[in-house]
Amino acid sequence: MKYSIFSLARAALSGHKNWQRTWRDATPKDRYDVVIIGGGGHGLATAWFLASEYGIKNVAVLEKGWIGSGNAGRNTTIIRSNYGLPGNTGFYELSMKLWERMEQDLNYNSMVSQRGVINLYHSDAQRDAYARRGNTMRINGIDAELLDLAAVKKMMPFLNYDNARFPVQGGLLQRRGGTARHDAVVWGYAHAASGLGVDIIQNCEVTGFIRDVNGKVTGVETSRGRIGAGKVGMAVAGSSSRVADMAGLRLPIESHVLQAFVSEAIKPLIPGVMTFGAGHFYVSQSDKGGLVFGGDIDGYNSYAQRGNLPVMEDVCEGGMALMPMIGRVRLLRQWGGIMDMSMDGSPIIDKTPVDGLYINAGWCYGGFKATPGSGFVFAHLLARDTPHEEAARFRLDRFRTGAMIDEKGQGAQPNLH
Amino acid sequence: MRITCPFCGERELGEFTYLGDAKPVRPAADAGEDAVYDYVYLRDNIAGVMSENWYHGGGCRAWLKVTRNTLTHEISAVEPAAGAGAAKVGA
Repeated sequence: MKYSIFSLARAALSGHKNWQRTWRDATPKDRYDVVIIGGGGHGLATAWFLASEYGIKNVAVLEKGWIGSGNAGRNTTIIRSNYGLPGNTGFYELSMKLWERMEQDLNYNSMVSQRGVINLYHSDAQRDAYARRGNTMRINGIDAELLDLAAVKKMMPFLNYDNARFPVQGGLLQRRGGTARHDAVVWGYAHAASGLGVDIIQNCEVTGFIRDVNGKVTGVETSRGRIGAGKVGMAVAGSSSRVADMAGLRLPIESHVLQAFVSEAIKPLIPGVMTFGAGHFYVSQSDKGGLVFGGDIDGYNSYAQRGNLPVMEDVCEGGMALMPMIGRVRLLRQWGGIMDMSMDGSPIIDKTPVDGLYINAGWCYGGFKATPGSGFVFAHLLARDTPHEEAARFRLDRFRTGAMIDEKGQGAQPNLH
Repeated sequence: MRITCPFCGERELGEFTYLGDAKPVRPAADAGEDAVYDYVYLRDNIAGVMSENWYHGGGCRAWLKVTRNTLTHEISAVEPAAGAGAAKVGA
């Protein structure tokens, strides 16, 4: 169905009783041209771009639970394109441009809200680093503004400006950054992809790969039977190593837990997304009024989708340093998601050494903002067998050749990225 | 998650720092590029029981070998890692 002001009016006049479900819950066919493993944002976006941009409509998305039940529904919904290294800068801006037209493309309200992302700086050295990042963004055609203290005070008068240890000196602002409604992104891609004939198959866990005599992947074994495939793409985030293992591959990835938090609803306070530069704390305010915030990953390998108290304490300390008044706001909810932490902190979108199997992984804790861009370039790779120019550096073999994309310069220690 | 340090007893997680999987072993100097690539970058990334290196920086500052389930966070064994600390307790 197509959503418009008229469909809304019709539904309103009939008491909102006649809304139809927005996408088809399909049963698996015997064979597809492309099978995508993983019904999160990236998998569904890939399917939609395959169908809409590359004309491949005989596509299935297999999801072991329900769509959006993994990291797509567990993030802090931030979108931005403020990356500094070749490879990342262009890719994340491609993704940002796709966010800007997403609702029109999908005919679905994903509540993309470009209310700005500001990274605060607290020292002269950090100001210089942010100025450099901002300049990198601007010479690549991305918006960035370096704000001084007066401008930050005007924008966010409620911060603690008397913090002697971590004084707020200013911030790097990307006005086009902001947030989007994460579940609606999943449903929007499902809605649009399903409309073009893509089969979205839930409760369908991949349990193995079907290989021909040459080792080429020709399908998948699933909890709902065998499904043949011309090509198989995996977009399974924290489960990447487990799925790759079924094809005999070891990946430069560790799975780690990242927690996120929501406070009780308060009146409008925080204008956009804000990050604390002297610790690791990022926060925005949802339309319902809750403060949505997070910080570091817990730091140990985990598949448990829940974290522990030391990081919770650290995150809340970061928040308190910036806004002492939130100490009286109660925490409403807290959860964890499993991040596919790569060895250089950047993603992998590439063919694998196994013929017919393609990988989209290593998003660390930056996967949500990449959703449309990731789907677009992964669809390009699956359709054309050559990488999209904006994703050509996200190679699986870069760890062997040394062409790492290490934004933080941390080296091969995934829990520090 | 609390870790029972063999030297200090049961302590809260915040006292410890994680290094990672204890399985990879540094290859010999003449082992070749593939072995080094494997050691530095590739991981089994086990979903289940894993042997790991932890550092008790907020306590005795010993390296520990912790056997932990990555699906449940359940810790089944904590031993001193090989080295001076282990020698002290005869492990």
